Amino acid sequence: MEYSNLRRQAAYMKKSLFDQGYLDEQFYQLEELQDDVSPNFVEEVVTLFFRDSARLISNIEQALDKCPQEFSKLNAFVHQLKGSTSSIGASRLKNECTRFRDYCDEENLEGCLKSFQKLKREHAVLRQKLESYFQLLRQVGPVEKATRPSM
Amino acid sequence: MVMENLAASSRTEAFPVGLRVLVVDDDPTWLKILEKMLRKCSYEVTTCGLARVALEMLRERKDRFDIVISDVNMPDMDGFKLLEHVGLEMDLPVIMMSIDGETSRVMKGVQHGACDYLLKPVRMKELKNIWQHVYRKKMHEVKEIEGHDINEDLQIRNGPEDFEDRLVLNGTDMNSVRKRKDVDSKEHPDQEFCDPATVKKARVVWSVDLHQKFVNAVNQIGIDKVGPKKILDLMNVPGLTRENVASHLQKYRLYLSRLQKQNEGRTFSGNMQSDFSSQDVSENFDLHNSTQTQQNGASSKYIYTNQKISEQGIAPDACADDFKGVVSLQVTDRKQALLSDVPDSQKVSGVSQLGVLLSFKDMMPIVDMKPLKPSISRHQPWNAGIPVVQSMQCPKHNHEHCSLFEDCSCLPKPDKEPQGFVDHFHTPTSLISITCNSEDDMSGLSEFNPVQTNQKSSHSKAISPMSFMTNPVSVQVDSGLSSTQDFGATCEEDGETNKKEYYYDQTCSGRIPPPLELSLKNETDLASLPEELQLCSLQGIGCFENLGLNSMEIFQYNDSTSAIEVYSNWNDGLEFNCDYLYDSVDYPMIDECLFA
Repeated sequence: MEYSNLRRQAAYMKKSLFDQGYLDEQFYQLEELQDDVSPNFVEEVVTLFFRDSARLISNIEQALDKCPQEFSKLNAFVHQLKGSTSSIGASRLKNECTRFRDYCDEENLEGCLKSFQKLKREHAVLRQKLESYFQLLRQVGPVEKATRPSM
Repeated sequence: MVMENLAASSRTEAFPVGLRVLVVDDDPTWLKILEKMLRKCSYEVTTCGLARVALEMLRERKDRFDIVISDVNMPDMDGFKLLEHVGLEMDLPVIMMSIDGETSRVMKGVQHGACDYLLKPVRMKELKNIWQHVYRKKMHEVKEIEGHDINEDLQIRNGPEDFEDRLVLNGTDMNSVRKRKDVDSKEHPDQEFCDPATVKKARVVWSVDLHQKFVNAVNQIGIDKVGPKKILDLMNVPGLTRENVASHLQKYRLYLSRLQKQNEGRTFSGNMQSDFSSQDVSENFDLHNSTQTQQNGASSKYIYTNQKISEQGIAPDACADDFKGVVSLQVTDRKQALLSDVPDSQKVSGVSQLGVLLSFKDMMPIVDMKPLKPSISRHQPWNAGIPVVQSMQCPKHNHEHCSLFEDCSCLPKPDKEPQGFVDHFHTPTSLISITCNSEDDMSGLSEFNPVQTNQKSSHSKAISPMSFMTNPVSVQVDSGLSSTQDFGATCEEDGETNKKEYYYDQTCSGRIPPPLELSLKNETDLASLPEELQLCSLQGIGCFENLGLNSMEIFQYNDSTSAIEVYSNWNDGLEFNCDYLYDSVDYPMIDECLFA
């Protein structure tokens, strides 16, 4: 398989992530921050995000299980997650968080539970998509490094 | 250490570069991103995931950071709480950030003292600009001392390159800067002083003479019974209207009440030396003025502190004890305008822009006045047996002072016999010491010596945090002109050194303001030279008036006020000299050295 093909594939994958609303502008911001000092910056950040967001989601889950009536507490957790999703531009997740918080404000437990399930799903989907994206990038990456000197 | 020093020096050299930012966010992802962004902005970044830890770090060394960026929602401590603590304890600019853009939240942040409120996702371009908050704060600090509001657009207008310069040299001059929007940022800030655009309006000038008459009249009538008409009659000055007097009386009363307020907070300290040892004086942003005066062979010591003013008066005369010294820093727009005018006016006709204001509130004339009573400041010459009024103005009270300023602008009449003798004064942390020795009529010896902090010898060479004068400079004033020139030269020379930056840093970090020490020495018997006037005045810092008689005063000024003030005040003093002593004298050097 040709590297340019892989690269094209990675680019396409990224584009579809944007087109489907999984990512937003913030992701570009991260890419711009990537430089020689930290060549894998975006991936590092995304990895960090998934590690941390998993923790936040489990916090929410516990809150929903233990004290589902404490909406303000729940709201705080979701708010935390929302802030985190904005870091990598996880647009869909962020939107779901917003909806979740609305349910919290309404003290709508049913809505909260529904929203939480959707949140987890979105989270998993995004994780899977981004994982494959970075996997693809890693395949392309070394080539770029190898070919740069010759160019 | 070396690295640290290098970083520190580079930071001061190119201001925004190396800005020390503390980022507090419980979200590790954001922390990582913000760190990266800030580093790309060439800032020094420290990240912290816990608000409590951040607070500890800040408490440990508050001067370690220039600015704090904190998330609003943090589990261990509410961001607003942190903001409050930082604002109260460290006085550092804090930027809040949140995913939440609700007006109420943002408003809460602002209410708690956030200098900015960023919405996540934070963009790098927003972070690039955060230095302005540090700069703004710095400017406000300078302004506060002067009692001015800052024109915020200045911060952005001024390039980072000359940030320090402007800060140090121009801090007091912001108004004139504002009036000159077209000024090239690379132009030397000193030129602001020359700006002819700001010219004092013609109005009744309350010269020292005139004010003296006024004060005498007030004293004669009694402060409680005075009325404009009575004063006018007593003064018997042709051309002066009742309105003029009424207006002046109003200002005078305001001034007195202000002084009283200041006095209420004063602590009496019998020993000046004790003040020297206290290092934390400056931390309190106090004005420290020590004055040692000798009157009629008696010596009075005055210690002025911004918040607390200690005075010690030892005089042979019964009235000596009644002396209250007030040093007024008068910084007002008008004054600034005056400053800017100075060079021009000097060239042209020696317009009097005066500036001296050393007045000692003399309680003597007002025997019935109690300390609690609003202290009345009279601008009476020492030679009159009445102490020169030294008015100290607290920031935010400019206007009155301004008016006083005008009032004081005239030299006291020489007909009285002032015998003030100022030996020296030491500031706890003396950064700059100015010594003026008047040896004969016009000739005065002025010495400006930078004094190292904690060093008491005024002649020692030290690096002053003030950075105003790095090297000690001795100026001999023969005609009163030369000193000005030299001084100006010194200022400028030093102004370009790193010291300024150092000073800046200190201020930024909310540290102790540099103290200024001004000492005036009168060595010759001035009494024998009644007709000779010598005036060395540093407005704001301390004014020294030697009018025809021997009056000696020492002023110490420790304050967070920047060198600028001194600088400007000094200019005022120069003006004063020019106007009264050397009318229409041209000071070419001023333009070249001081204002070039």
